[in-house]
Amino acid sequence: MNAPLAAAPLAAKNFKSDYKPVWCPGCGDYSVLSAITKALASLELRPENVAVVSGIGCSSRIPAYTACYGFHGVHGRSLPVATGLKAARPDLTVLVASGDGDGYSIGGNHFLHACRRNVDLTYIVMDNHVYGMTKGQPSPTTEPDWSSKLAPGGTGLREFHPLVIALASGANFVARAFSGDPNGCAALIAEAVRHPGFSFVEVLSPCVTFRPEQRGWKEIVHPAPVAPTDDPARAARRIMTDDGFNIGVLYKGSRRPYAAAAGATHALADLEKGFQL
Amino acid sequence: MKTERRTAAAEYEDFMARAYAMELEATERYAQFAEQLDTHNNREVALLFRKLSEIEALHAKRILAEMGWPSVPALTPAFAWEGGEGPETAPFDSLHYLMQPFHALKIALRCELQAQAYFKKIAAGSAPARVRAAAVEMAAEEREHVRLIRDWLKRVPQPTADWDEDPDPPRVTE
Repeated sequence: MNAPLAAAPLAAKNFKSDYKPVWCPGCGDYSVLSAITKALASLELRPENVAVVSGIGCSSRIPAYTACYGFHGVHGRSLPVATGLKAARPDLTVLVASGDGDGYSIGGNHFLHACRRNVDLTYIVMDNHVYGMTKGQPSPTTEPDWSSKLAPGGTGLREFHPLVIALASGANFVARAFSGDPNGCAALIAEAVRHPGFSFVEVLSPCVTFRPEQRGWKEIVHPAPVAPTDDPARAARRIMTDDGFNIGVLYKGSRRPYAAAAGATHALADLEKGFQL
Repeated sequence: MKTERRTAAAEYEDFMARAYAMELEATERYAQFAEQLDTHNNREVALLFRKLSEIEALHAKRILAEMGWPSVPALTPAFAWEGGEGPETAPFDSLHYLMQPFHALKIALRCELQAQAYFKKIAAGSAPARVRAAAVEMAAEEREHVRLIRDWLKRVPQPTADWDEDPDPPRVTE
């Protein structure tokens, strides 16, 4: 996180744009938008010092709904864009928004390497276990037996485990939040932004249109029963054996974030020489 | 003695700041609900939520006037509510794009009942007498709101069992 400026703190509403979200009424993403703006306000940041980068999908609409700089990019490619931005402008606070399809399928490979590179980004993935924007196809986190018109009898495929994969790949901060608790979610996002390096926040965010049964998540989420650990092996064991509804910070590492070399490493003229025909 | 008096006064200020925050959160949430339903062309319910938002804004304004605060006081941090959000704030997942005024009023009723329970609990607790007295007054106000919403509910049509059936549903399989 970058040092806040010495201007008067802003309210959450100052981080919202004039564009009205078009998500389905009841969608968890409204709550995540609210949590992001509250987190940025609580961190006493300014919209002009924050960039929100996204890929494609319902969740990836978020940059347009904030008053920060935004980049609504290519499907699954939010992390490379954000990595480049942070390397070029380390003074900015960079948030990356994605969903379980965009982030774990199309952008799955970028996810692994973003964790490994440990650039100081906050990656917020709104996971609803379905491709909502394209009308309800199973995603990497869909349960194998979830039967729908588009996947009769279910896919039979094992779910992707994003938190443990993030941990194994080197993410420096791993947390799970729930959109049904926007203030709790805001506090977790704020903590993720404060933590140096690649911070990953998986937000359980129900899709009330294609997975209406997820409205019941609010009955089963619960605070993580133990304090966050800095031991990746212990964190991995906990995450692999939890029920997927533990909410809170699950791992806080101390790996040094990636930092681009200060200044130019080569003169532009020298680089151009290599391309001369 | 002086310290005790100052503490009681500070607790009263904190209580009123929370009451104000509660009304403000409800105002903002109902306004967000109105926007969401406007976007989905459910104008009737959008209008109702806008009205509820205006009512909550009036309550917030009244607290400001009563306390003589020139502007918004230094509020308890937004994420300090014991239950996640303020007791009068409806959760985001309460909505359905085909919902009717009846459903919106049911949401409002639940929020008012929660607010009433919140103030009743403080009134029955061990807070300073001035705080408890204010809580008694606010619980009575919320009880009146409950009564008004129950009356309002009687005047709107009851939804049929198939109210959420969409003849042109989003779940298409082509």
